[in-house]
Amino acid sequence: MSPLPLGQQLLDTCAALLLLLSFAMLSQRRVVALVNLYALQGAVLAAATLLLAWRTGEDHLYVSAALTLVLKVALLPWLLHRLIRRLQVYRDTEPLLNVSGTMLVGLVIVVFAFSLAQPITRLASTATRSAIGIALAVVLLAFLMMITRRKAMSQVVGFLSMENGVLFGAMSASYGMPMVVELGIALDVLVAVLVLGVFFFQIRERFDSLDLHHLESLKEHE
Amino acid sequence: MHRSVHPVVSQFPMLLVGCVALLLGWTVIGLAGLVRPRSVLLTGRLLFPLGALLGLALAVLAGASLLGGGVERLVLPVGLPNLPMHLRLDPLSSIFLVLLGASSFGISLFAGGYFRVGEGTAPGLLCLQYHLFLAAMGLVLIADDAYSFLVAWEVMALSSYFLVTTQHRIPEIRRAGFIYLLMAHVGAICLLLCFGVLQGGSWLFTFHAMRAAHLSLGWATAAFGLALVGFGAKAGLVPLHVWLPEAHPAAPSPVSALMSGVMLKTAVYGMLRVGLDLLGRPVWWWGLAPLILGLLTIVYGVLFAAVQTDMKRLLAYSSVENIGIVFTGIGLTIVFAGSGLHVLAALALLATLYHCLNHAFMKSLLFLGTGSVLHATGERNLGRLGGLIHRMPWVAWLTLIGVLAIAGLPPLNGFVSEWLLLQSFLFTGHLPHAFVNLLIPMGMALVVLGAALAGYVMVKFYGVIFLGQPREASLARAHDCGWLERIGLTWLALGCVALGLFPLQVIRALGAVTHQLIGAVVPQASSHWWLLAPVPGRPVSYEPLVFLTATLAVVLMTVFAVRLTYRQRVRRGPAWDCGAGGLTARMQDTAEGFGQPIRHLFQPFFEIERELPEPTDRAPRYRIAVRERIWRLVYEPIVGAVEGLANTAARLQRGRISVYLLYSFVTLLVLLAVALLK
Repeated sequence: MSPLPLGQQLLDTCAALLLLLSFAMLSQRRVVALVNLYALQGAVLAAATLLLAWRTGEDHLYVSAALTLVLKVALLPWLLHRLIRRLQVYRDTEPLLNVSGTMLVGLVIVVFAFSLAQPITRLASTATRSAIGIALAVVLLAFLMMITRRKAMSQVVGFLSMENGVLFGAMSASYGMPMVVELGIALDVLVAVLVLGVFFFQIRERFDSLDLHHLESLKEHE
Repeated sequence: MHRSVHPVVSQFPMLLVGCVALLLGWTVIGLAGLVRPRSVLLTGRLLFPLGALLGLALAVLAGASLLGGGVERLVLPVGLPNLPMHLRLDPLSSIFLVLLGASSFGISLFAGGYFRVGEGTAPGLLCLQYHLFLAAMGLVLIADDAYSFLVAWEVMALSSYFLVTTQHRIPEIRRAGFIYLLMAHVGAICLLLCFGVLQGGSWLFTFHAMRAAHLSLGWATAAFGLALVGFGAKAGLVPLHVWLPEAHPAAPSPVSALMSGVMLKTAVYGMLRVGLDLLGRPVWWWGLAPLILGLLTIVYGVLFAAVQTDMKRLLAYSSVENIGIVFTGIGLTIVFAGSGLHVLAALALLATLYHCLNHAFMKSLLFLGTGSVLHATGERNLGRLGGLIHRMPWVAWLTLIGVLAIAGLPPLNGFVSEWLLLQSFLFTGHLPHAFVNLLIPMGMALVVLGAALAGYVMVKFYGVIFLGQPREASLARAHDCGWLERIGLTWLALGCVALGLFPLQVIRALGAVTHQLIGAVVPQASSHWWLLAPVPGRPVSYEPLVFLTATLAVVLMTVFAVRLTYRQRVRRGPAWDCGAGGLTARMQDTAEGFGQPIRHLFQPFFEIERELPEPTDRAPRYRIAVRERIWRLVYEPIVGAVEGLANTAARLQRGRISVYLLYSFVTLLVLLAVALLK
């Protein structure tokens, strides 16, 4: 069996790194570190996009890579860091499920995602099809992170990381989405973070905390 | 069925276009009311009489179409992209349009004098709602696809809801309106499903396509059942009648008249349209459901009417009873038509349609009469009325005609339709189903019981309001109604008399409808224009004019004889005091007292709450409240079940974002797993 070409190997490495970073985020409880991990994930994603653009010669992937770099490595982490400083939230409280338990659930989810991706992988014609399983796992792990966290800030990071997974999945299944869609998503994410930032201030003003269990009192009583 | 026998479609649908123009005219009149919404002069003296004239024109156009017996079609380029508005004028639509136009003429004239400022909704707005209501009812009758039909049906329900809640500042009236709206929507959902079944997989929603669709027996039965529930809820078939006794007392009287006299008939129209036209040849045992429910409704309605103390509520229950008669007729029609007895089916259908016409006139007349009483005295409670025949002779004498008609006394119209219905009951022996043959005479006994009790109810209604002594001092200030109201009442009373005296002419006009739906007409055994003999080969006949002449002769002769015998020896004294003197108005029989025997005999029907005074009470009070058991037996369990279900569903709401996210996550995983396993 001939060894895989260098570009392919590098892409697979990137995919593996993305998954690894997802697990790291799942276990990380310090919010600042979480944002840093997110920025790192964005960087890896940008690198993967660039590699793919270089290998396939698809021009719009270069633009996509640039967009990822600007938005997810620079702008959003900067916004989040600023929010953290101003809101003074550095640590999430004890998650709903402890770290080892979360990791175990995460493992199960990865296995599930890979078995799920198999039929799709067989259908796809791209060179990067093996990465589809990883993209799906990244999405589901981010979802799991949103479920297990209490602080609004970590949930936002989970939401953003999920978007990374979606982007990576689209890239590996069909060499990225149309430019218009990608731009739209980028704008959505940016706006979402800004709006959520405003929400955080309002929530803290109302409840003196960003802990979301305070919102339970909003439930309609029987 | 005999669909191929339609006469040739005329080139230009002139009458149908005329009808559409009149419906648009009603809408325009309604909108014109908004120009000066608080002006009674504009709406009452101009717009309502104008609307009445349009109603008369509609009746004339539809009458011409009925006598011509033709079918006209029209497709208007409005509506859904693939479903423009289909309209059709055939004998069945025409007869109900005649009913709508003719009775709305009287009601609109009355309404012109009735609505005043300061009773909740402004007159101009009422004018809009009222005329939209009329136009929507007209559109229901000429719609020829399910979409237009349902849109018109809903406009009708909503506009009448706003009319019912005219005095929306009173909580009870809002509640009554809500019950009405709820029942209307339960019915509308059933109709939606019914039309969904009727299209039979063709996904074409014109009535034409539904006629052509071939349904299996199961689906056709389902469609029939849905139609029965849907139209039954609108018509007031027991146990779906609960909105009637709430909504009618709440609504202004012309609105009650319109709802009871005309709107209930649109439901009958729908039932006939679906059961006998769209579904094709009916299965005979479908007819048993409307037959049994109709009989139940007759007895139920009339018993509750007998124990009411609110005059409009009494009339509402009487409407329930009459709807029972109509549905009994529909049931018989279907049983006969499904068994191949076309002439008998035509006879039963004739009785049904005739009764619809009759009820439109007499019930509108009675509701308008109560409206005049309500305006003059401010009282709906029978316990505070009495002796009004002296104060309001116009209302009293015209109402008397309606009362006699609805009690089924010859020579007025109520007698004709009930007689025809009984005739069709009498000849059920020809049915090829033995047990139905055995059961149906019992049904006839119930109809007769209903008719007798209806007479009892009407004696109570008329006697307590108009006869005897005034029960309150304030009644001395009661005044008779104005001239517009008088014209309206007179028109309706004339309708009752004409429908009673000239049944043969009416039946001949109705022949086109029975021909369209059943494929047969009731043959006329006699060649005399005044002799009604509907069943060939049987010695049954009815001669209203002869009867009237004989009655008048006997009355006049009696009067003459009395005058002659007791000339110069007449002394006027207080009635009923037997010469003893000292009777007061409070010693008269009351509405409660009059209904007591019925309450006693039929106790299991009622839920009675009674408060009897103690012998030692200083100020003894007697209070009695009669409720329907149906609330406790049917509706309260439904409410409980819905609330329980809602509370169970509310447990999903935990107020925690993690839990909500978990819901999405699990849903996603399950869906993905399903995709994986596929």
